[in-house]
Amino acid sequence: MINAVGREIPEKIGDYVVRPYTGAYDGAPSTTPVHSLRCAGKTTSDTQKLTYSLEDAIRRAGLTDGMTISFHHSFREGDKIIGQVLLAIRALGIKDLKFAPSAVVNIKNPSIVDFVKDGTITSIEASGIRGELGDAVLEGLMDQPVILRPHGSRPRAIEAGELKIDVAFIGASAADEYGNATGQIGPNACGALGYSFIDATSAAKVVVVTDYLVDYPCVPASISQQYVDVVCKVDEIGDPEKIGKGATRMTKNPRDLMIAQRSADVMAASRRFKDGFGFQTGAGAISIACTNYLAKHMEEKGIKASFALGGMTASIVEMYHKGLVRVLECSQCFDSVAARAIVENANIVEIDNAVYSNAHTKGAMLDKLTFGILAALEVDTDFNVNILTGSSGEMMGGLGGGPDVSAGADISIVCLPIVRGRTPSVTKRVFTCCTPGETVAAVVTEAGIALNPRHRHYEELKEDLTKAGMKLVTIEYLQKMAESLTGVPQPIETTDRVVCVVEYRDGSVIDVIREIKK
Amino acid sequence: MEIRKAAVAGTMESSDCMVTVRPGDGTVDIQLDSDVKVMFGQSIMETIRETLVSLGVTSADVEVRDRGALDCVIRARVECAVCRASGEAFDWTKEAAYHG
Repeated sequence: MINAVGREIPEKIGDYVVRPYTGAYDGAPSTTPVHSLRCAGKTTSDTQKLTYSLEDAIRRAGLTDGMTISFHHSFREGDKIIGQVLLAIRALGIKDLKFAPSAVVNIKNPSIVDFVKDGTITSIEASGIRGELGDAVLEGLMDQPVILRPHGSRPRAIEAGELKIDVAFIGASAADEYGNATGQIGPNACGALGYSFIDATSAAKVVVVTDYLVDYPCVPASISQQYVDVVCKVDEIGDPEKIGKGATRMTKNPRDLMIAQRSADVMAASRRFKDGFGFQTGAGAISIACTNYLAKHMEEKGIKASFALGGMTASIVEMYHKGLVRVLECSQCFDSVAARAIVENANIVEIDNAVYSNAHTKGAMLDKLTFGILAALEVDTDFNVNILTGSSGEMMGGLGGGPDVSAGADISIVCLPIVRGRTPSVTKRVFTCCTPGETVAAVVTEAGIALNPRHRHYEELKEDLTKAGMKLVTIEYLQKMAESLTGVPQPIETTDRVVCVVEYRDGSVIDVIREIKK
Repeated sequence: MEIRKAAVAGTMESSDCMVTVRPGDGTVDIQLDSDVKVMFGQSIMETIRETLVSLGVTSADVEVRDRGALDCVIRARVECAVCRASGEAFDWTKEAAYHG
């Protein structure tokens, strides 16, 4: 069948029954009470939760063949927990697991691919599977298709009973022996643990893994002791260098700077750029530069924002210190400046990923965003956005919160160069549709700004940008310009076998990725 | 042009390509390694071949390691490598006709 963004999708993929995507705001929430595998517990003053062995922790959590395990991705490329836990699971001979982290970080030595090959992991659900695992999946590594969900859809799927987590392993940069845990202090601080809140409250068993035991009680406590079954102290949970090297640096690439500045100019030209606006800019090179240009506009015009949302960076923390933003709502922290900022500042707060982005709650914060800046690998002439696959058919990214932010923000702006190397990034049809075009207000490139005539604020934005003297082009113009530089690429050949299901915020299927022919 | 010795032009930087030209055995052999081979392999081969023909190269081993260079870059790097390998200067008078 063909869904509402024109993608050919099967009705069933193995056991997975496809609900086709019908529209960005169509999906109805589940009507049953929210699902959780969490059971009551019983403790007394002599209850011991602490162990120094991961194998012991796994045994105590009752992990057996065929269960589902989860992790958060807040330690990013510096994560040393996932590898250690999987090695311990392998040592115990447990097989056939579903691996359901908030996102798969590109860990090496051991790589997740090793655990798929030896049968420890047989299915995967995440927001992205970049790196070695992603490439292997596209080449047909797994029998079961990988299910990819944007950030907001993971808590939705858990509460709808579509994803049931048996054992959650929650890495913490500090914890006490009774399970109170945080990411905000300790030598491997990563900041917000917003992605693991849903795991703490919904998993059957919760194991906190830390390398930094603090005196009881651990303060602040992002994860509360009442949800924690076992605390495991290991030697090392991460590599602080890779968790976040200081402040993310400002790009010097003149093209990226130009795109960033233009994007900030678009925001500043909008009538919605006024006191009390809310924004999310993200962590890409263009995004961070864009944050700095936005701050300049705000200083010049004396405008203050009420909040910044999502993944935090040093640039946004700097805006907070200058008094340009009243509250920073952090679901994760992208660098060490942001990671340490929560404990030190009253109005820089850690939030649950569900309150950040879940469309099926009684209120996601991103509904209140005025502006959202989105990075992308490709955008097409229908304004559909690809944030997963490169044009030669390799796994390049993750869905992250992109589809959520685009739908929530009043004005969502996709920033990207029209070509990267010889790869065109404004195309006739994206290889994988992740974010539906109807939610994208503008595409900003070095070759011009294109507004989406199908967006709900098109007329308003067109009027504001025209009044500000900004030149607009059509998306078709950008596509042709890209093609004139690169030539027409050969299409990527795929087989009929579906290797990834790409879900939208509401759990419907917006696209699938088929195995790449080699 | 006659390829008299081995010569190189270009770099391995992103968006560039490195072209190595060596004396051949009477034919033109092209070896291409490219980051964008799936999408543009054929078109890059054509560009290299056309450029060699326009320079009158009939015997050469050509190795191109492409990092996503645009056509104009590939042409320029091939021309430069061939000139270096033949010891001849590029004939700029052809330039206008060459690019129409």
